[in-house]
This record gives sequence, structure tokens and C-alpha cells, in this order.
Amino acid sequence: MTTETLIWLIPLPPALAFFLIVLFTNKNKALSHSVGVGAAVLSWLASMVVFFRALGVEHLGEHPFVSSVNWLPTGDTWFKIGVAIDPLGAAVLFFVSITIFMIFLYSVGYHNFGQPKGDHDRAGLPPHGATVTDEQGHKHTVPSVEPMYSRFFAFLGLFAFGMYTLVVSDNLLTMFVGWEIMGLCSYLLIGFWYGKPSARAAAIKAFMTTRIGDVFMLLGIAFLYSATGTLTFREIFTEEMLQHLVSIDPHFLGLTGAGLIGLLLFIGTVGKSAQWPLHVWLPDAMEGPTPVSAMIHAATMVSAGVYAVIRMFPLLSLDHNTMTVVAFIGTFTAIFAATIAVAQNDIKRVLAYSTISQLGFMIAALGIGAYVAAAFHLITHAFFKALLFLGSGSVIHGMEHGVLHTGNHSVDPQDMFNMGGLRKKMPITFWTFLIGGFALSGFPLLTAGFWSKDEILADAWANGHLVVFVTLALAAFMTAFYTMRQITLTFLGEPRTKEAEHAQETPWTMTVPLMVLSVFAIGYGWVGIPENFLNLQLAPSWFHEFVGGTLAEHPEVIPFNPIPLIVSLVVALGGLLLGWLYYRNVNSAKEDFFQIPLLKNKYYFDEAYQVVFIKPVIWLSEVFTYKWLDQGLIDGILHFFGPATGGIGGFIRQYIDLKVINEFIGDGLAAVTQETGRTLRPIQTGRIQQYMMLSLVILAVVGALLYFMLGAGL
Amino acid sequence: MNFIYEHLLLVILFFPTLAALVMLFLPAGENKLLRWFAFGASLVPFILSVWLWTQFDPNAVGYQFEAQYPWYQALNSSLHLGMDGLSLTMVMLTTLLTPIALLASFSINDRVKGYMMLFLFLETGMLGVFMAVDLLIFFVFWEVGLVPMYFLINQWGSPKGEREVRSIFGKFTMSARNYASLKFMIYTMGGSLGLLLAVQMLGVLFGNYDLQYITANWSNYSKDLMGISVSTVKTVAFWAFVIAFAVKVPLWPFHTWLPDAHTEAPTAGSMILAGVLLKLGAYGFLRLVLPLYPAEAKYFAGALAFLATAAIVFGAFASFGQTDFKRLVAYSSVNHMGFVVLGIAAAASAVGTQDATIALNGAVLQMFNHGLSAAGMFFLVGVIYERTHTRNLDDFGGLFPLVPVYGGILIFTSMASLGLPGLNGFISEFLVVRGSLPLLPVYTAISMLGLLMTGAYILKGIKQVLHGPLNEHWAHGEHKLTEINTREILVMAPLMVLILVIGLWPAWILDVINKAMMMLF
Repeated sequence: MTTETLIWLIPLPPALAFFLIVLFTNKNKALSHSVGVGAAVLSWLASMVVFFRALGVEHLGEHPFVSSVNWLPTGDTWFKIGVAIDPLGAAVLFFVSITIFMIFLYSVGYHNFGQPKGDHDRAGLPPHGATVTDEQGHKHTVPSVEPMYSRFFAFLGLFAFGMYTLVVSDNLLTMFVGWEIMGLCSYLLIGFWYGKPSARAAAIKAFMTTRIGDVFMLLGIAFLYSATGTLTFREIFTEEMLQHLVSIDPHFLGLTGAGLIGLLLFIGTVGKSAQWPLHVWLPDAMEGPTPVSAMIHAATMVSAGVYAVIRMFPLLSLDHNTMTVVAFIGTFTAIFAATIAVAQNDIKRVLAYSTISQLGFMIAALGIGAYVAAAFHLITHAFFKALLFLGSGSVIHGMEHGVLHTGNHSVDPQDMFNMGGLRKKMPITFWTFLIGGFALSGFPLLTAGFWSKDEILADAWANGHLVVFVTLALAAFMTAFYTMRQITLTFLGEPRTKEAEHAQETPWTMTVPLMVLSVFAIGYGWVGIPENFLNLQLAPSWFHEFVGGTLAEHPEVIPFNPIPLIVSLVVALGGLLLGWLYYRNVNSAKEDFFQIPLLKNKYYFDEAYQVVFIKPVIWLSEVFTYKWLDQGLIDGILHFFGPATGGIGGFIRQYIDLKVINEFIGDGLAAVTQETGRTLRPIQTGRIQQYMMLSLVILAVVGALLYFMLGAGL
Repeated sequence: MNFIYEHLLLVILFFPTLAALVMLFLPAGENKLLRWFAFGASLVPFILSVWLWTQFDPNAVGYQFEAQYPWYQALNSSLHLGMDGLSLTMVMLTTLLTPIALLASFSINDRVKGYMMLFLFLETGMLGVFMAVDLLIFFVFWEVGLVPMYFLINQWGSPKGEREVRSIFGKFTMSARNYASLKFMIYTMGGSLGLLLAVQMLGVLFGNYDLQYITANWSNYSKDLMGISVSTVKTVAFWAFVIAFAVKVPLWPFHTWLPDAHTEAPTAGSMILAGVLLKLGAYGFLRLVLPLYPAEAKYFAGALAFLATAAIVFGAFASFGQTDFKRLVAYSSVNHMGFVVLGIAAAASAVGTQDATIALNGAVLQMFNHGLSAAGMFFLVGVIYERTHTRNLDDFGGLFPLVPVYGGILIFTSMASLGLPGLNGFISEFLVVRGSLPLLPVYTAISMLGLLMTGAYILKGIKQVLHGPLNEHWAHGEHKLTEINTREILVMAPLMVLILVIGLWPAWILDVINKAMMMLF
């Protein structure tokens, strides 16, 4: 099979799985997950084949795999859609296919496949556990299987389809299609337990917040399309087309055409990748089942936002103003979210804010022009953050086991202050989580996170972006600190609750993905070790060579400088050390210094948005538009016509019909006739002589008249 | 067979009427027979129009399957029928939606005969507008469609509900369906008064009503008329046309009849009302306004775009502000049809350019797409209304576990209405936005606000009906909500298949539209 055909086929299995499960296999759990996982395997295999074939092509950047077909007729021409795999696409495909596969596998265990049906479980709510009786007649409460098990795999399949479509697309429009399908899936999956009002609200929030970005992006796409006549990347990123875009003046804020388009597209990313000020949806999205968190917040959807801006980099980098905005938003988000993460107690929420912060790193990197560093961090982050999310899911699962054991449902299995000492109960989860956490903190040399984060800092330093450098270094320090806080509170020390004592390691379907991902959380960093690291003149960085080849001009290798390296080392190790030293002695939330209300309440953004946007929109809809405009003003005018017409009709009847026609003309004529008749009645005497006399007189008069008239005429 | 082929349009047009007349002689009490007869009869025009589609040559210029029959010879008006890519798309939509609406009406038990007959008459009325190549015939069919719809709303509309009519003269109440049907009838007729006058003027001026002849001669007609300058006459006549069609589309601020009529109409009535009748207005813009008044349309494109944008934005806001599920869906039509007019306005401002063609492609496809998704949405509202006898969103809640299949279908159709990429609505909205942006950048940018709010009201509907804690009232006993049945799934199936197919592979229909737009403008 040609590589191009194979690329077309990559997104198909998960989509087929979606339809198969929805239409046919939804009653059968085993069949449904087989279909789902099978589809994930097929796509993964195809992706690997494509990836390794792509490795074998020299100068893949100049000769990518491409294939396209006519899709929409637009006057005399056609709008084409197609697939393309260039170095960036291949690198992204690699991590996407692996993480998606792992997440599918993990979901089998996470949703308690093989466990009995719950006692009171209901579709739309998380499973509450089932009571079983063992041989001795003892009753135990064990985790119960998810009531909507099949549906979950269907949604995951559609999600995977969206992500693959986005990655293999050679144009912005189908990329946007994949982008939005993921938006739908995130809505469906965050609201998977739709019976919970909080999950329902979170799902709507996620969809609407990202949609704000999406409508701007759509506008940007339409603008780009009308300016260039194409949306295919390789046709836009030609020298003359880019020059043409720069030369357009949209008369808007002094931006060039390229700048405005770039900005509009970037707003889409701000929504999708949860950058300030559209970051509010992501923490709430933790309402979804944990594999979803991994899928949305690590492997796919949020990465898609960053991927989109990396893809559009040649266009984005044309306008200095746009780049400044990008760099500012990214840097600000990185530090802003990191401060909130320090004060969160929910194990998944810490990771959520950490994700926002790390995405900020990538966006900031892109804003200062560090193309390769941004792409590198995107991939390493996807691996270790998927690992961390799945690990946290494993922890929660273990804790839920403890909760079911003790039967005390008031204990929140996600609150880190209820945990402690889990390393002994859940060793695999602990070690893999440690690897993920260290990678996130940028633990030197060993972990992937170190290499990618170091590259961003080195780039910022080398290109003189001092503010970005300092802010990101500070954010990196906080990252290490809150990560160690999380690890210490969760796994180290002694169990703080009975539930934590009875926590249990999770089944192999959950731990195997953790182990696989931890391999990449370490190993993937090595492909990006800079060639002049410590001035050792190692082999040229494979990642830099490969992904850098996507651009027309290969980005330069920056010279080695000890300062950013030392800073990376200090912030990572310092943060980890401080976090451990402080939190090993903290036993409850009350003792925690960082439970600052401003941070705990996320700087009150939700409340502010409620007052500034949501309330006014509701008023605008219910009161202004509907009550005042439609029912008051417009219908008021219409209703004027009804009664007014009725009034005119009434007037006509009252004063013309009744008075003039009926009384005056109708009745009047009758009266006149009657009166005349009455007056003339005396003539009717009945005497023949009088009649004869009258006839004679009339005859004489008529005769005289005729005589004179005719005579005059003659 | 040969006869049918030669008079294909005539057969499609009058077959429903013929069937309705035959129904007159069927026994009144036999509901099953009457339903199946009407449904079967409505399949004939559908099959014939599929045949028509296969026989149609999208590359040929002008009308195809033309046929002319004498009608009102004293006025030189004839029953002149013809078909181009634009009318073909609309005829296809009409003949597809009618059987679907009739199948949806199988739950009607009250005076089935009259109901079914009115529906078949309605189909002829709608088809006539799309096929007419004669202005007077166009007008006749335009008005003919009103009558059955009036009775459908007035007699078979929701029996409950009162409407308070407030005005500066005070207030009074009347039954909601009476109010709605009256408002629909009078508003549309009032709107078309000017159209009638303008049509008569053209007839007097040219001595006949042939659309092709008038189109060819009117736009460059430059003599003064009755002592008034031709540009004034044209401007007045332009607005007379526009207002008639704007009421039907409906364009803001002529839209307030729509939420009332849609909400009170029986389910199938709403399906046809939203699915086809609104398209008559948009079709009028494309068939008459743009070809007859290119200069005026260009001059007033900004005003039209303003009204369209107002429809998009206010329609979306008003929809979001509803507590009645059906009214929410009804307002969504205002929002969606706004995009059609936005595309038309953009095209009017720069006829002949590629941007204009793209905008028109989007507008026509949007007409077709909205026909599918709005009909589907109204049907789904009807399904749940039939079972619960309430449309109040606050009365539902958490119904998903009770009706998983219905829920899935509702989410799918809602997403089509929302314009989710991968489904049909996205393609047309994207084309409209793409075509309009370079021509009317400000209005297009503002209409994005409407697109955003589309998401808000769609999600509100799903949230209130399916998601959240289960309202136990519907879970047990006599109120227990039953799942969507096979007949109802069969109603939705063709709509859903088309929604998906057009979303993934729009070229088969868009190619016909595109060529028609290239030739027309």
C-alpha cells in the first residue's frame, strides 16, 4: 500500500469503531471495547508504518507525503482537501498514536471491566460499587462496572478520529473539522456523567469557552482563504504568498494581513489550549473520567491548539506584533497557572493547572521564535502529562477501593490530604508517577522534560528575551515545587486516612500504559539533546534536524551557554527539594501555608466572568431581545395594526354603514318613498272620472312639451 | 412513460393534488388507509424528482424540462414550468420532506382525511413556486400555499395555550393557535400586497408575465413610467419584492410571526414550515430580486446585510432566552436563515465575482441544510411533546437514561443545527462566511456573535432535556417516558443520513448548485 493511501486510512478505524459501537455492539461490553481498542491498534500500526517510512525519506520537509482530492466546487475552481505528512506531522503522529492507544487500553481497567454490575448504578452517574458475597458468606463492596461502558469507547473513538484528522490534514479546513469534532467529544466526555450537575456545567463551559476561540479562528480561516485562494499549508507557506499576505492592509489595529490572520487563528488556540484569558474551562473539565483528562489535556485536544500554531508558524512569524502577543499570552499563562496549581488539593486539578502552565511554555516558546523547542516540549509534555493523568486516575481508583472498603463515602478520593503513604500500596503507580512528576519538573539529564524545557529557556536567553526567560524560569521553579508537593502528599509519609491504608494497586490494563508511557517520559528526551551540549559536540540533535526540516529555512542551532543550563538545574532541583522539605511535615490542609484564598479561588476569574459576561448575555437574551424587542416593540407595532384595523372597521360601520348607508341612504330612501307614497295616497280616490281627468292633464302637458321640444329641434 | 417524461414537471406538480382529490372519495373513518394512501401518494413525486435529478444536466444553460400550458391567455400568462439547478435543489427538498412529514403525522387521529388532503395541497403549492417561470403563476402558487398551512395551524395546532395580545389599545386574549394562524396568514398576505402590485406593473409594462422575457428586458429598462423616473419606480418595486420575501424568510424585524406559527403548528406542520416554506422567501430573493433588480440589490446590499446580521444575532439571542423547547427551535430558524440572506446580500454587492459565487453556493446549500436539520429538530421536539404534553424546558431534565436512542438522535441533529464540522450545516455556513467576509467584512464579523450564541442555545436545549439529574416524574408509572419508536426512527433516518453525507461529501449537491449559480449570476 502506498504511504499516501495509508495516511488517508489512519483516521478511519476509530471513526468506524464509533459507528459500529453506537449502531450495533453497544449492548455488549466486551465486543465494544474490543472494537475500540482494536481500532486504536490499527491506527497506531498504520501511524508507525507511516512514521518509519517518513524517517527513511531524505529532506522530508521539501518532499512530504501528500495526496489531495477535490472537495468543494467554488465557481470555476475546486477547493481541495488532502493529507500530508511532513516532519512535524510525523513527529506528532508518533506521540498521538501511542498515547491514544495507551488511553484506550487504560480505559478498560479504569471503567472496571469484568466487575459486577452496581447495586444502584444508573446511566449518567459514576458507578457506586456492588455488593458481593464470598464463599464464607461475607459481604464485600467492590467497584462496579461503568453502566455506559460501551458508550465511552464510542466517544473515545470519535475523539481519536478527530485528532488523527487534525494531524494528517494538509489544510486548515479539515484541520478545523478535526478540531471541532474533538470539541464535541470533549463536551460529550467531560459531561460523560451527565447526571451530575457539575459535570453538565463543566461540559457546557468547555464547549462554549473553546467556541469563543473557534469563531475567531473560523473568521481567520475565511480571511486567509479569501486572501490567498487556498487553505493548503504548502501552498500558503510559499515565499510569494507570504509576501502577499504581509502586503495586505486590513485597516485593523495597524496589523498586516498576515498579522491579523495569525492573531485570529491564535485566538482559536487560546481557547483550545486553555490559555489565559480563556483558561477557565480546563480545570472544570476534570469532571470527566480520568482517561478523558489524559486524552483531552495531554495527548490530544490541548496539544491540538499548540500544534495548530506551530503549524501556522511561518505565517505567524511574519508580524512582529502578533508574535509579541503570542509570547506575552504564553509567558503570562505559564506563571499565572503555576501559582494557582500550588494551592489546589484535588490531585487532578493540580495537573490541570500544571497543563495550562506547560502549554503556556510552548506558546511562549513559539512567540519568541523557538519553533523546534515548542514542538519538542509539546511532544515530551504529551507523554509525561498523559502518564501523570493516568497515574492520578490510578491513584483515585486505588483510593476509591479504600472508600468502598470502609464504606465512608464522605472521604473525597481525589483530595491529596486524604492520601499519603500510597507508595507501598501502589508501587507501580508510585514509580511511574515519580518518573512523570520528575519529567514535569525537569529533573536534570534523565528526564525528557528537562531537555525540552531547557531548550526553551536556552532559546529565550540566546535571543535576548530576558523577561520571558526570567518568568519562565520562575514558573519552572514553581512547577517543580508543586509537583513535589503532589508526590509528597500522595505517596510519601504515612497514610493519613483509613481509606488510604486500604488503597489497592490497579489491574494490568491500567499499569501497563503507565509503564509504557514512563519509558517515553524518560527516553524521548534523548532524541533532542543539543549537539553542543556542554560544548561536547555530540551527534547533531535528531529532533532538531528532523522537525526543523519542516520549515523552508532550517532554524539555527543555538550556541551553548552555561547560564540557562545552570538556571534550569537550580530551579528544577531547588523546587523539588523545597517541595519535599516543606510538605513532608504538612499533614492537613490547615497547616499548608499556600492555601491562600486568592489562589485557591483561581483569582476569582469564574466569578468575574459570571458577572461580566454570562449574566449580561442571559439578560440580553431573555429580557432585551425577547421581551423588549420582539414581544414589546415589534409585536407591539403589529398589534397596533390589528386593533387599529378593527377600530377603522368599527368606525366605518358605526358612522358610515349604520349612519350614512343604513339610516340615511337605506332607511332614508325607504322613508322618503314611504312619505311620498303617503303624500300621494289622496290621489288614489278610486273615482274613474278623476283618473280620466288626470290622464287628460298629463297628456296635454306631455303633448305641449313634445310639441315645443320637437318644434324647437326641427 | 414517454408522456410522463415529456410532462414531468406537470406530473410532479399536480400529482399531490390529484391524490388529494382521490382521497375525497375514500371513507373518512379509515385512518390507516388514509395515512398510507397519502404517504404512498407523496412518494410518487419524490421518486419522480429523484429521476429528474438523474436526468438533469447541470452543465446545460437555462431551464430544463420546460413546459408551457395555456392558462390566462387574456393576460398572456401561461403555466410555464422549468427547472434549473436552484429549483431542482428546492424541489428535491420539498418532495423529500413531504413524505417524511406525512410519516411523522401518523400519530394524528383527528380528522385524518382533511389533514392529509391539506398536506398534499400544500405540496403542490410549494412545488409550484419553485417550478414557475411565469410571474403570475409564481404569485398564484405563492398564495396557494398559505391556505392549507393556515388551516393546519388553526385546526390541528396545539389545543392548549392562550395568547395575550397587548397593544396601545389595551389587551385581550385569544387562543394561541388562532392567534398564530391569523398572524401567519395576515402577515404573509400583507407582505405580498406590494409584490402583487409590482408584478402587475411588470405585466402591464411588458404585456406578459414570462420571467425570462421580463428578466432580459427589465434590468436595462430606462424609460420613465407614468411620469415617474424609472429609478424611483425600480426602487419602490425592489422593496415591494424584498418585503414580501423578507416576511417569509423571515428577516429581522419581520420575523415575529415565525415563533408563534412554528410553536403552535402541529409537528409535521412545523417541519414543512421550517423545512420548505421559509425557503420560498429565500428562493424569491434568488429567483426574482437579484435577477430583476441587480443595480438596486447592489445599492441596498448593505441594508440587506444589516437585516440579515440582525436576524442572525437577535435570532440566536432570542432562542437562547426561551423556556419553551419548540420556540427555542423556532427562533433558531431565524438565526440560520439569516445566513442565507447574508450570503445573498454579499453576492448582490459583487455579482459575478468568485466571492459572490461562493457566498451563493453557501446560501443555497444552507437552504437545503436548514431544511433537513430544522425539520429534524421540530420532529424531535414533537416526539417528546407527544409523550409528555409539555414543551417547557424546565419540566424535563435528565431524560437521557430513559430514552438513550432518542437522546443520541437529538444530540446528532442538534449538532447539525449547531453547524458542527463534519455535518452539513458547517459546509454551508463556512461558504457563506468565506464568501461574505471580503465583501461585507463588518457584518460577517458581527454575525460570528450569532454563531457563538448558536452553540449556547443548542447546548441549553440538550442540557435542559437530556442532561442533569433525572426528573423522576417521567421515570415511573403512567408518565413513564417511552423510547422513540421505529416509525419515528424511520422519519429521522433519511434526514440523518443526508446530514452526514452532505457534511462529509458535499460535492454531489454543491456541484449542481455551483453550476446553477455560475449560470444565473
